[in-house]
Amino acid sequence: MAEWSGLHSSTSRHTMDKSITLPPDEIFRNLENAKRFAIDIGGSLTKLAYYSTVQHKVAKVRSFDHATKTEMVDELYEISVQEEVTARLHFIKFENAYIETCLDFVRDHLVNTDTKVIKATGGGAHKFKELIERKLGLRVDKEDEMTCLIKGCNFVLRNIPHEAFVYAKHADSEFRFQTTQPDIFPYLLVNIGSGVSIVKVESEDKFERIGGSSIGGGTFWGLGALLTKTKRFDELLQLASKGQHTSVDMLVKDIYGGSYGSLGLTGDLIASSFGKSATADKGFPKEDMAKSLLHMISNDIGQLACLYAKLHNLSRVYFGGFFIRGHPVTMHTITYSINFFTKGEVQALFLRHEGYLGAIGAFLKGAEEDNPNQYSWGENYAGSSGLMSVSPDMNPMQRARSGTFDMLEMDRLERKLVNLPLLQDASSYIPDTVDLAEDALAREYWLYCFEEALDGVVKRALASQPDMPEAAERAEKFRQKYRHKLQTLRHQPFAYGSLTVRSLLDTREHCLNEFNFPDPYSKIKQRENDMALKYYQKVVKSLEELSWEERQFALIRGVLAGNVFDWGAKAVSDVLESEPEFGFEQAKRKLEGIPSISLLCGPPHKCALFFVDNSGLDIILGVMPFVRELLSRGTEVVLASNSAPALNDVTNGELQILTESIAAMDPVIQAGLREDRLTLVQSGSSSPCLDLSRLDKVLAMVVRERKTDLVIIEGMGRAIHTNYYAMLSCESLKMAVIKNSWLADRLGGKLFSVVFKYEVPAAGHDSEALTPP
Amino acid sequence: MKLLAVIETSAPLSSLYHIMPSFPWFGMDIGGTLVKLVYFEPKDITAEEEQEEVENLKSIRRYLTSNTAYGKTGIRDVHLELQDLTLCGRTGNLHFIRFPTHDLPAFLQMGRNKHFSSLHTTLCATGGGAYKFESDFRTMADLQLHKLDELDCLIRGVLYIDSVVSSGPSECYYFENPTDPDRCIQKPYTLENPYPLLLVNIGSGVSILAVYSETNYKRVTGTSLGGGTFLGLCCLLTGCSTFEEALEMASQGESTRVDKLVRDIYGGNYERFGLPGWAVASSFGNMMSKDKRESVSKEDLARATLVTITNNIGSITRMCALNENIERVVFVGNFLRVNTLSMKLLAYAMDYWSKGQLKALFLQHEGYFGAVGALLELLHPA
Repeated sequence: MAEWSGLHSSTSRHTMDKSITLPPDEIFRNLENAKRFAIDIGGSLTKLAYYSTVQHKVAKVRSFDHATKTEMVDELYEISVQEEVTARLHFIKFENAYIETCLDFVRDHLVNTDTKVIKATGGGAHKFKELIERKLGLRVDKEDEMTCLIKGCNFVLRNIPHEAFVYAKHADSEFRFQTTQPDIFPYLLVNIGSGVSIVKVESEDKFERIGGSSIGGGTFWGLGALLTKTKRFDELLQLASKGQHTSVDMLVKDIYGGSYGSLGLTGDLIASSFGKSATADKGFPKEDMAKSLLHMISNDIGQLACLYAKLHNLSRVYFGGFFIRGHPVTMHTITYSINFFTKGEVQALFLRHEGYLGAIGAFLKGAEEDNPNQYSWGENYAGSSGLMSVSPDMNPMQRARSGTFDMLEMDRLERKLVNLPLLQDASSYIPDTVDLAEDALAREYWLYCFEEALDGVVKRALASQPDMPEAAERAEKFRQKYRHKLQTLRHQPFAYGSLTVRSLLDTREHCLNEFNFPDPYSKIKQRENDMALKYYQKVVKSLEELSWEERQFALIRGVLAGNVFDWGAKAVSDVLESEPEFGFEQAKRKLEGIPSISLLCGPPHKCALFFVDNSGLDIILGVMPFVRELLSRGTEVVLASNSAPALNDVTNGELQILTESIAAMDPVIQAGLREDRLTLVQSGSSSPCLDLSRLDKVLAMVVRERKTDLVIIEGMGRAIHTNYYAMLSCESLKMAVIKNSWLADRLGGKLFSVVFKYEVPAAGHDSEALTPP
Repeated sequence: MKLLAVIETSAPLSSLYHIMPSFPWFGMDIGGTLVKLVYFEPKDITAEEEQEEVENLKSIRRYLTSNTAYGKTGIRDVHLELQDLTLCGRTGNLHFIRFPTHDLPAFLQMGRNKHFSSLHTTLCATGGGAYKFESDFRTMADLQLHKLDELDCLIRGVLYIDSVVSSGPSECYYFENPTDPDRCIQKPYTLENPYPLLLVNIGSGVSILAVYSETNYKRVTGTSLGGGTFLGLCCLLTGCSTFEEALEMASQGESTRVDKLVRDIYGGNYERFGLPGWAVASSFGNMMSKDKRESVSKEDLARATLVTITNNIGSITRMCALNENIERVVFVGNFLRVNTLSMKLLAYAMDYWSKGQLKALFLQHEGYFGAVGALLELLHPA
């Protein structure tokens, strides 16, 4: 692969610090195309940011031009793998001790950049200015720290789902991730560095430092060092986590003997921090003093934050700065303080990428001419380390020597993503049905499941590129990467936000793409599409022969039978591997519990939005006849399919070709297309699941214009793993076949049970879910 | 001149007499660090009364009024004594006495030795210690405490003292030109129309009350960073052992060697946010550096501790004043005793950060209001 060769050359290795080795395909990736550098140098950590283009393979489908072809081809379309260039943001965090080594590395790998300037922020930017300019030959351009911080904060809140979380030390899952809010403003950012800054953010460009405090991280560190003779911040936190503050602090019960009932102050409350060290003529354990100090400072900051939040009537309060940065100890004490002072009315929020805010903001300042905020960005799970990849509380001494690198990569998405306008309440919408971080049993099962399936995926990926000799090596790298991700998630389920079946699937897709397997199922999809097309007319004909009532029943049955053909489900892929002739009729017989209700008996809907699932039998023999029926009733149809491949899900590109081909056989579909009553749109997603809060802007526009009054969501990924509980403002139908016996058990059904969930908003009519077998 | 008279002195003497409790009249406030005791010494005792008076009572009166120090740690604040005060129809002097809470057992022992319990007096007490030590009073001195809420007493005490002090230095005062150290002087203040009022009581910890009338008030918030924190940290950092010692050291130190100032970070003012270079960016922030830890003196550390705690109280107070929409703040509590440094800092902070909107007021009897309130409860049960 051309783009890797530069990095594999070892020309620069000898210049590096012997104490660390930088694996070039893991750290500082894609440097050869890097531009727009930014750096944020804090008290102990440096964060480097750059923009780069990534060349990777994408699968494209193109219709054979049958008119000009002399020989007959079996296939409807051809598949080609093309190179595509996409934009990616890279952020790397490392200890200041390695800054020189890292700058050397960056310089040695910069190939063709015309960058002249590096944006810099953070307290250390001044100190290292000369070094950066000398090493990189770039002019250091300093940016205001607070401005960068806020810009970065806005960016992650807007672009990274599950960026913010609530910390609950004693809960089943310590991290409770928040769903992305449609409107992130206004909010309060409490940045706890050596001092505290409290900033009110009202819009992208409008923010104000409304207050602060001199009692901050520097007070904990400085005073703590004096009291305990312990020098390092991390070690002080360690001490504090082992101490008992009650020997140093004067509690309410030390004064009252118990609680101060009339004020509701409990006996354990601290009445006077260090109040006991004033009277007793004795020494105190270091741990106890550190703990008392930690409480004193956390409570004080929490109290001030609450007073400011109240004065400005703000309920979203994010905490950041080195005092917080991934330290469970301080997140806990701050959370406690906020809960105490607001009686639970305000929640302390923390950010997964808090450490990167300054670097992101500085980068954005430098990239303003590229208009980064007009795009949507997505966290690349393959290239990002995840929360607490470097656990600061594990072992500070060890960490000091090891030199660890933490990374965040964000891909620029092709399309701007927005909410589905038909969500009943966008701010409370949660796509995922089960949070695996909170459900240990489910987590165990799914992690196992994905690990088990890995060999098959590797095999499939390899088979999709038979003509590429180095595919085996890439496939192996993919295997290692994804297995490593699964192992990480086993220990840190919170690494990428809420752990869900969707995130596990998406991580796999990101890893496959990372190693240039853009569409492992392309050939299977092609074969199945070609095969299913041959049966289309026969299926339509047999449906037309049925009475109206029988046809309604058969149409639903058809969609569900089609949905059996899902290579992502192990139970199905086993059958499909062993019985390649497994057909539509067999699938119908496998179904358990087909609902005998008719959806289409009332007046016709204005417009139906259909989120489709698999290619092949599913889309062609299941969905299309149903679409046909809708069109015949006078309902407009919008078919939403994936923008890019995921498993054997039909992509928008494939669906365009398939629909044209069907239109050639079917006047109803043809008329629908011609009269613009059948519209194909891309969802903006490349996931087997569906996040209705991140959909293509065009889709949202079409949905609004057509006055959509029925939403159909099909398939396990879109209707069960996600959106099972999604509340829409119009009629909706969720249908899927359960192709996983564990899940079927959980839902109280059998393998191949049917989920058919028809919901009407407000009036509350809900013809329930799983029909018993 | 005052609108806050708590005691209705115009009532006929006879009607007061029959509800008047027997002597001695005490009010007590047992805090986390100090016990505050007010004692009313009647000066209008008739010959007839004198004859009836038991020896015990005389002996207590003599002991308290003829000494200014009791045992090793008890002290009478003579300068605060209020003379020729009319209370409940009786005229006399009000004495203000304090001793550390950890010496309460010695006090109880004295009460036992002097057969205090034989006087059948009700001992009105407030502060947490009234609850914590109630059984000790009973078992060690055979005394029954009448326990009172400390915030009720505090407010009652403040309003009363302010209303009765008419001669001598004004009870309430403020600092003129607080932002100019050379021209900053103490000035008397008349607390007319006192409501609404933010009352900040700085004892071991801090309570902040919003007072709307004599009986209508609420505790807005509190902080554990109070006088106890100042002394506790000073003891750990400098090895001192008393409040006076700690204050003395603080007066000789320089906090800017310990704290990191805005100008230490930005070279000057942080203009973008209107932060002056002299403002503290990080309390004890310079102590992150080993070299600087080794170069500071104990006096510097004591001063930094005082400044840190005082400014923090100022900051929380200011936020409460804004949230409650109150412009006048009265600071009381024993943290301010002989602590002009902190008072001037508070006056400065209130004025500077509020751009002159907030006024910091102080009272001469700073730490004794709870005890006074307890005494008033004895004479006029609410």
